[in-house]
Amino acid sequence: MNRSLRFLPLLVLLAFVGAVAWRLSSPADEKIESKMIGRTIPAFALAPAVPGKAGLSSKDLGSGKPRMINVFASWCVPCIAEAPLLAELKAKGIPIDAIAVRDRPADVAEFLAQRGDPFERIGADPESRAQLALGSSGVPETFIVDGAGIIRYQHMGPIEPDDLPVLVAQWEAAK
Amino acid sequence: MRYLLALLLIFAGPALADSSLPPALWANEQLPDPRQEAKAKALMEELRCLVCQGQSIADSNAELAGDMRALVRQRIAAGEPPEQVRSWLIERYGDWVSYRPPLEPVTWPLWAAPVLLLAAGAFLLRKRLVRRRG
Repeated sequence: MNRSLRFLPLLVLLAFVGAVAWRLSSPADEKIESKMIGRTIPAFALAPAVPGKAGLSSKDLGSGKPRMINVFASWCVPCIAEAPLLAELKAKGIPIDAIAVRDRPADVAEFLAQRGDPFERIGADPESRAQLALGSSGVPETFIVDGAGIIRYQHMGPIEPDDLPVLVAQWEAAK
Repeated sequence: MRYLLALLLIFAGPALADSSLPPALWANEQLPDPRQEAKAKALMEELRCLVCQGQSIADSNAELAGDMRALVRQRIAAGEPPEQVRSWLIERYGDWVSYRPPLEPVTWPLWAAPVLLLAAGAFLLRKRLVRRRG
């Protein structure tokens, strides 16, 4: 056997250990993006999540103007953090609807009373059906749906101040 | 004061990131038809939980996994073939959501790896045996 090949198995082993060690030291924070981006919003019709405010149906979207859909829940802690930023987006003239995942009307109402209510419509999604149909894998998430009802953008996790310009630009681009 | 704080912390409730709604119908109940339940169970074991990545939805206690089990059972009870339910989810989350990778150009290395590794092992062994005999 070629002498230089003698260490090949050891090198392979070292490469393997190195790859494992690298992955262990920087675990992949995998975000599973929705594959529905660029496609028509799936059909859903959600009952109102709070009394006195309309529910959300896929027919409400794609009515000529791009809209944001915020997937949130009253029991979701990061949703509290993004609440003021959603209010800022609303102040910029962006219409925002919401899907309340696995929530009770009283809890949603209390959350909105405490954290502000930037939403035009809020649909109740007690079994995460609409969330799964959208390809969303957690709360909070924010989608931008264009005037033709096509999903243009998905923001995963809470909106942070740095994300505002991106979201506004994406909303403008969806016009 | 410090001890009081520690004591208070011990009895403090953890911040729950779970909803207060009960699990969806069919999240934790078996379907009445054992054949449908078997189909649903087989599919649930091959679908990946979106929250606790690395677990199947059959194994996971996450609420979203419960809702996915409910979705699988409801659709199979309605007569949908399991593969159609799987492709509905793949359409939304990509091949990632399924534990059964499809055979396509991107996954060829995955399927070829065992064969190639066995071949490489046989090659190394052959060299060694030849040297011993000589």
